[in-house]
Amino acid sequence: MSESESSAGYLDMDLLRFTTAGSVDDGKSTLIGRLLYDSKAIFEDQLEAMEKSSKSRGDENVNLALLTDGLRSEREQGITIDVAYRYFATPKRKFIIADTPGHIQYTRNMVTGASTANLAILLVDARKGVIEQTCRHAFIANLLRIQHIVVCVNKMDLVDWSEETYNGIVEDFKKFASRLDNIVEITFIPVSALLGDNVVDKSENMPWYQGPSMLYHLETVYIGADENHIEARMPVQWVIRPHSDKWHDFRGFAGRIAGGVFKPGDAVKVMPSGFESTIKAIHTMDGELEEAYAPMSVAITLNDEIDISRGDMLVKPNNAPEPRQDVDAMICWFSSTKKLAGRGKYILRHTTKEVKAIVTEVKYKVNINTLHKVEDDLIFNHNDIGRISLRTSAPLIADSYKTNRISGSFILIDEQTNETVAAGMII
Amino acid sequence: MAKDYTITHLKQLESEAIYILRETAAQFEKPVLLFSGGKDSIVMAYLAKKAFWPAKLPFPLLHVDTGHNFPETMEFRDKFVEEIGAELHVASVQKAIDEGKVTEETGPYASRNGLQTVALLEGLEEGQYDAALGGGRRDEEKARAKERFFSHRDAFGQWDPKNQRPELWNIFNGRKQHGEHFRVFPLSNWTEMDIWQYIKLENIELPNLYFSHERECFVRNGVVMGITDFMELLPEEKANVKKMTVRFRTIGDATCTGAALSTAATLDDIIDEVAAARQTERGTRADDKRSETAMEDRKKEGYF
Repeated sequence: MSESESSAGYLDMDLLRFTTAGSVDDGKSTLIGRLLYDSKAIFEDQLEAMEKSSKSRGDENVNLALLTDGLRSEREQGITIDVAYRYFATPKRKFIIADTPGHIQYTRNMVTGASTANLAILLVDARKGVIEQTCRHAFIANLLRIQHIVVCVNKMDLVDWSEETYNGIVEDFKKFASRLDNIVEITFIPVSALLGDNVVDKSENMPWYQGPSMLYHLETVYIGADENHIEARMPVQWVIRPHSDKWHDFRGFAGRIAGGVFKPGDAVKVMPSGFESTIKAIHTMDGELEEAYAPMSVAITLNDEIDISRGDMLVKPNNAPEPRQDVDAMICWFSSTKKLAGRGKYILRHTTKEVKAIVTEVKYKVNINTLHKVEDDLIFNHNDIGRISLRTSAPLIADSYKTNRISGSFILIDEQTNETVAAGMII
Repeated sequence: MAKDYTITHLKQLESEAIYILRETAAQFEKPVLLFSGGKDSIVMAYLAKKAFWPAKLPFPLLHVDTGHNFPETMEFRDKFVEEIGAELHVASVQKAIDEGKVTEETGPYASRNGLQTVALLEGLEEGQYDAALGGGRRDEEKARAKERFFSHRDAFGQWDPKNQRPELWNIFNGRKQHGEHFRVFPLSNWTEMDIWQYIKLENIELPNLYFSHERECFVRNGVVMGITDFMELLPEEKANVKKMTVRFRTIGDATCTGAALSTAATLDDIIDEVAAARQTERGTRADDKRSETAMEDRKKEGYF
């Protein structure tokens, strides 16, 4: 039994969410399969089912993609069509993998997987080097503000473990990445997912590489600074009113902290009304807290009776966001049946608030292979990314996505079908 | 150095589940929490208590009762519901059979598992619930790995895996047409180990079926089954009934929930056992073995 499984270690673990994008060809499934298998997250019966399934499909090796491609249509077509979430843990961390297909027609799945990730693994086939797909994945990771990137140069066994080949890829990627402003840290790791070199253990075939193995990096990368702990934000989800004798006057504003630190006694401002009060207490069923920060779920009581409801936001008076009805945003269009056009009207959901929104301007689309702006074709089809302006029916208490992923993001919903048609990042 | 504002992964999962439970209460008119008496639904109901504390749960619990329960499950259910101060409704498979709405399978392999779906959909319709909270986890089974937190179901209760709404950040779209409803899974990101560690951390009480005990059992298709009044045994099975030391890793219909040979009598024993286990917990459920995509098929029809 390893240490992760003893309770003491388990209770101290933190959580890293990461995303991988790629196709079967570049060894993504092999890499994930190896991480899962070596950390004992794949079980015997799953492996058995996979072997059985691979054999009946005529595959020579066990196809690890069968582990994630659980839907019948995916198995039939041999492709991943959706985001699959996978879990594993080591003595240091628990990991949630959002595994997404890499092909251009699944851009929206990559965007979805990236939206909650702290880190992205980009796979590069050492024989092919940095290709269009690599740049596309890096662009999306940057757009969704994933701060930590790992460029995994895979199939090093097929280039004779060549340091020169590896260095060439590192240089090519760095040149491209200089344009990506949200990425805080890029780590390059040469691996052979198939043979296991530098996946869990350091490779003996590449003595020239001094860096960490993939797993060691995932276990130790520092993500404590990823959340915004400066600007206090708590979107109100629900008002807790017990109506009981014991809690007669209790009015708790329940929500999940989206930024900053709240403490009892702190001055707070309620947006959009602008009323101010101070925090009386921060409640949980386990007792009152001395401070609360992202991503905790709490209930806050105030010292003054103020009318507050779902959709309002608790902030601090010294760094309150300005309410605004005009927003510019980068969006990714999701709908395969409807297109975005100028003057389109949608329901916009931002934090816990829902408003109506009208598209006032379509500025440009991005060709995500060349990263060039497209200004002559402004119709958004599914998977298109670009910049638009919106006017909302009521003010949004929003930050830029750059400063806060929660208060800076929204989705657009089609009024007729209720389908989520776009994801937006406020500029 | 600045203070390190991080919380442990179990606290993150707890916070996420509480957020989902509050979103469910806020976005739907009449949610309900599906309570099976199993450990996942116990943890979910416990988290619901945390989410709305010090107020009571703003939604009732619904138990889909196959009528094939181990007696311990029912005792525990009633005690638990009383303790958390929730309201309990029961959707009965027996009632659906008695009313001729469904036909029961017969023979030794008879299972009421498929009928649960009918009773569930009826229960939801009768209560006019528009969202049903379930304890499903993505690590349980491959068809669940792509399940959403807010899972849209059409007016027939069916799941369309190819047409799911994307979920980004922590924005959940619960909008629906009249007659449609949602399944909501607050424990999506939990693993079996997380559940056990959390039960230990929070000192949550569980039915004693989860802990090792002696029971009359027989073996079918490699799965150890407990003897109950509801099950017909094949002659060779009858001949091989014996007392075994077992525990249950999931608690469902007694006719299709396999037991595991185990001496794990405490939470710590179970945690050690789960850590060492090389079989996923659904591996002991006979109902998933029917075909490779059995779970997806049942989910499409409206199963949990």
